Amino acid sequence: MTPAIELKKIDKSFGAVHANKAIDLTVAKGSIHGIVGENGAGKSTLMSILYGFYQADEGEILVDGKRVDIPDSKTAIAHGIGMVHQHFMLVENFTVLENVVLGAEGGGLLGRGVAKARAELKRLADDYDLRVDPDALIEDLPVGLQQRVEILKALFRGADILILDEPTGVLTPAEADHLFRILRVLRDEGKTVLLITHKLREIMAVTDTVSIMRRGEMVATRKTAETSMTELAELMVGRRVLLRVDKAPREPGRTVMSVRDLTVRDSRGVDVVKNVSFDLREGEIVGIAGVSGNGQSQLIETLAGIRHAVAGRIEVNGTAVDPTRRDIDPSRIRALSVAHVPEDRHRMGLVTRFFEYENAILGYHRDPAYGKGAFLDIKAIRDAARGEIEKYDIRPPNCLLKTANFSGGNQQKIVLAREIERDPAVLLVGQPTRGVDIGAIEFIHRRLVELRDAGKAILLISVELDEIRSLADRVLVMFDGALVGERPPETDEGELGLMMAGVNREAAE
Amino acid sequence: MFDMLILILDSTVRLSTPLLLACLAGLYSERSGVFDIGLEGKMLGAAFAAGAVAALAGSAWAGLAAGIAASIALALLHGFASITHRGNQIVSGVAINFLAIGLTALLGQAWFQQGGQTPRLPQEARFTDITWPFADSLRDVPVIGGLYSELFSGHNLLVYVAFLSVPLTWWVLYRTRFGLRLRAVGENPAAVDTAGISVTWLRYRAVICTGILCGVAGAYLSTAQSAGFIKDMTAGRGFIALAALIFAKWRPVPAMFACLLFGFLDALAIRLQGQPLPVIGQVPVQVFQALPYILTVVLLAGFIGRAVPPKAGGVAYVKERT
Repeated sequence: MTPAIELKKIDKSFGAVHANKAIDLTVAKGSIHGIVGENGAGKSTLMSILYGFYQADEGEILVDGKRVDIPDSKTAIAHGIGMVHQHFMLVENFTVLENVVLGAEGGGLLGRGVAKARAELKRLADDYDLRVDPDALIEDLPVGLQQRVEILKALFRGADILILDEPTGVLTPAEADHLFRILRVLRDEGKTVLLITHKLREIMAVTDTVSIMRRGEMVATRKTAETSMTELAELMVGRRVLLRVDKAPREPGRTVMSVRDLTVRDSRGVDVVKNVSFDLREGEIVGIAGVSGNGQSQLIETLAGIRHAVAGRIEVNGTAVDPTRRDIDPSRIRALSVAHVPEDRHRMGLVTRFFEYENAILGYHRDPAYGKGAFLDIKAIRDAARGEIEKYDIRPPNCLLKTANFSGGNQQKIVLAREIERDPAVLLVGQPTRGVDIGAIEFIHRRLVELRDAGKAILLISVELDEIRSLADRVLVMFDGALVGERPPETDEGELGLMMAGVNREAAE
Repeated sequence: MFDMLILILDSTVRLSTPLLLACLAGLYSERSGVFDIGLEGKMLGAAFAAGAVAALAGSAWAGLAAGIAASIALALLHGFASITHRGNQIVSGVAINFLAIGLTALLGQAWFQQGGQTPRLPQEARFTDITWPFADSLRDVPVIGGLYSELFSGHNLLVYVAFLSVPLTWWVLYRTRFGLRLRAVGENPAAVDTAGISVTWLRYRAVICTGILCGVAGAYLSTAQSAGFIKDMTAGRGFIALAALIFAKWRPVPAMFACLLFGFLDALAIRLQGQPLPVIGQVPVQVFQALPYILTVVLLAGFIGRAVPPKAGGVAYVKERT
């Protein structure tokens, strides 16, 4: 059978960055084909070339055995290629229907075309189990449904080949499962699905074939049934990696941080953290699991002194902190030996236009080790930065580079090094491995466990359930601003997933 | 009292017209994600071109065409700077305002030697008032007669064009493919791009619409409201129109009411000049003249609720390097 897509010797550079090196890829019709690779391996670039977002410098594309040029998205659509982007390409204050017809309105006036689209949408919903209210506004829909709208958009345009770019990053486990069911239905109906991801578990769960990319090259293609996560991880990174974190059991010590009845209100006047209480003890990692947007961000920001609470008490090492007071700020919290690795390193953790060594002391610039009064001791700062670079294997090892020039994983290590090297009693960590490749993830996880073994208390917030389960000693589940339960990390993923979705198993039974 | 009210409303309509045209003009551009503080400059350029050409050709229509052409040219300049070259839209808008002020004064003096004015237009080179059928005979019917013959009848063509542009704009925005795409590109240009539509071409068409309407607004000033171009005759109307646009949250029908409100304050200021008010007594003219501006500040300071601008407004579209 003619393959749905054949890529031959695709080459693409952005300036000095060689994003795709002579890529060959064959995708069989009616299959789910996974493409895995670390961040920056060139997966997204390759798919963007296929969708006409970028043009390849060299190479050819064959769709259904015919050589085609894809200069823009319009041509890609005409060849039956549809794409579901990682960041949804939806107009938030439009209805589902308006988003679906955008670019395929069927005439200069909306009336008739939109009526037809409504009928077509209903047919698609029935055929593929893709139900969404056509008149709902996108901004009112949960992300899972927004993603469904993206799939509908592609199908409405007659896509036979569907590319999904990191589709599960924003989904709950249950939503991800539903997505996989939809993908299988699409495949069984004869569509071809290309799934780009860095999550090996998804590849194993849903694909028929998998291709592995590393540093711009296509290194291997395997039948999913004939490979394993370990082999894939090795191919992705180019060396052996430990997928599990080695962690010896450890008896936690005394309580170093206790939080009682913490309530946080956002600027809209909505309570986003509700009556949260928990203790953090020496030598333990407490993980907070939850679907993004359920108050975890506000919780960690309040604990770090960035936000103020409307009620509640916090005690750190015996010192009471009133989180509702306006004069609480991050530097005061830091003075209590609480360090914070923010969830979003670009927004809060780093000034990417600064040099590496400047970022290495951000927030600690008043430390007498780095200068006297208003003057900074640049030499001392650079020496400290160089020490951290070596200890954390930050690459390239040059503290005089702009921070923006480091990869995501290395940027994260800069933040981590800065916070950990101040020897805090409590470490608050948000999404430590978001946008970080497997090699660096392994390093960061090991470092966190070492810290725990050294008797520090760590609060870990992550949307990656796997990460929480492999690192934490206790798992607290957060839903809609409240802690809805505590479970040991060995708890079945399905059960945690249900709790994260607000379904209480005991209540349900 | 009623006659007085009719008179004030009548001048409200006349004074609102250029605001409304400029406001709708801004709506097209800003809804597509291109901020335009150069409405003032485009209006001024159009007023000059319309005044000059109408004087030379002796035709109001020729003047209107010239006004629109001049305004489109300035709009395209803004587009070239901010869409094609992704320049800062505010800076480009300011530049166009300065360009228009300087160029109209310079060319006016060079061509006509009347201190920057264009020659006074004869009646036949202006848009004159159109009297509706039976306006005179109905004049004496109470209430309705006054409304019909003074308020609805007896305006020039461009006034009707301005007010008809409101439902037209609404229809374009919400009932046509162009409108759907226009609204989309101002919110999320990446969505438009990935749907296979050219963001650049779409935004260019939007700024051309802006150019056309600003052109009409300028021509109205110099060939309908007045009989010729006077230096700086827009007198900040472009900025008031912008304020009205924000006040109306970028929607056509509220835009009309916002412009009517500003026009009404203006009419009131003219009417009340030099007249003592009950209780307060004599009020300096300047207080009334300042009213529209004070209102603008008060309204924009948050009395209108949150005005959420088009999300992608002010930002040039660059394909993301992923």
